[in-house]
Amino acid sequence: MMLYLQLFWEFFQAGLFAIGGGMATVPFLQDISAKTGWFTAADLADMIAVSESTPGPIGINMATYVGYTTVHNHYGPVAGILGSIVATVGLVTPSVIIILIIAKFLEKFRDNRYVNAAMYGLRAASVALISAAGISIVLISVFRITDIRQFRSAVIDYRSFLLAALILALTRWVPQTKKLHPVIFIAVSALIGIVFHMSA
Amino acid sequence: MLYLDLFLTFARIGVLTFGGGYAMLPIIQREIVEKKGWVTETEVMDYYAIGQCTPGVIAVNTATFTGRHIAGNLGGIVATAGVVFPSLVIITVIAALIRGFANLKPVQDALAGIRVCVCVLIFNAVWKMWKKAVIDKVTLILYLAILIASVFFDASPILMVVIAAVCGLIIRGRAKA
Repeated sequence: MMLYLQLFWEFFQAGLFAIGGGMATVPFLQDISAKTGWFTAADLADMIAVSESTPGPIGINMATYVGYTTVHNHYGPVAGILGSIVATVGLVTPSVIIILIIAKFLEKFRDNRYVNAAMYGLRAASVALISAAGISIVLISVFRITDIRQFRSAVIDYRSFLLAALILALTRWVPQTKKLHPVIFIAVSALIGIVFHMSA
Repeated sequence: MLYLDLFLTFARIGVLTFGGGYAMLPIIQREIVEKKGWVTETEVMDYYAIGQCTPGVIAVNTATFTGRHIAGNLGGIVATAGVVFPSLVIITVIAALIRGFANLKPVQDALAGIRVCVCVLIFNAVWKMWKKAVIDKVTLILYLAILIASVFFDASPILMVVIAAVCGLIIRGRAKA
């Protein structure tokens, strides 16, 4: 029971403070991972990949995934289903409450000077937090360390480095491929990972 | 059955959306503006703009708004349940399956490749958001300070969000002269 309450509370906080949709949930999941040890930073990268390659909003997908995995680890597969529901409801609850309140005075909210001023700071914070989350995944997958303070033991995994360069080029500079859906790049990377035994 | 209709329509939107965020705007427009006529084009844009500056997942915020508009507070909750439902089913199945295979060598290799791809996807997301978010010296300083605090000092993201909102209010919140 405590685990469910904790799960709900952690995701309630993420739902309350993650602003700007999609990837904005990632830094909060990282914080949850550090605090609770429910999943590792490498697990998180897998969750992002699954969430990006399946239907549905990314934030919801990640909450469902974490909720299922966490509870399954403790109580098995059937309880895991309840875990995915609890985490998702937790993530959604704050925004439902806030939107139902805001909907009553919609116009005023959009043009409010204080709302716009807070947003000015929040947008920068959101990008910074997502950048930090990205850096930690780069550390794991390319440099094979889990924390930037371990930089002395970092090794550059050249296969990962080259794959990153390839995907970057395909998603940003090659006109024929840059409009393709992320799921395609994820599939290509998975294949390359298998062919080059990238987990070793 | 208006509630059932709301639930099913938003469940459809949930299934049809890959990736969330702006990717789902055209689908939302087609389903609730063109097919159902529940809200106008302008209203959807407003919901979206507000969804961007309120906590939570944008798709969920839009669902809550529309549901409430059509059928009151309960409608808002029903529409939200609808948009979330497909993810719950699909992801739970995938999460259950992955556990069974996660220790196999090829799956490990595939995941190692996928993680690299995720780095690039995050970089691309940051790149897009950067242009709208980091617009002057103040936001650049805020960006760098929060980045450093997060990467080197494991600062709590909640604390960072609160500080950024307060900074915004202090710098931009005064009445214009």
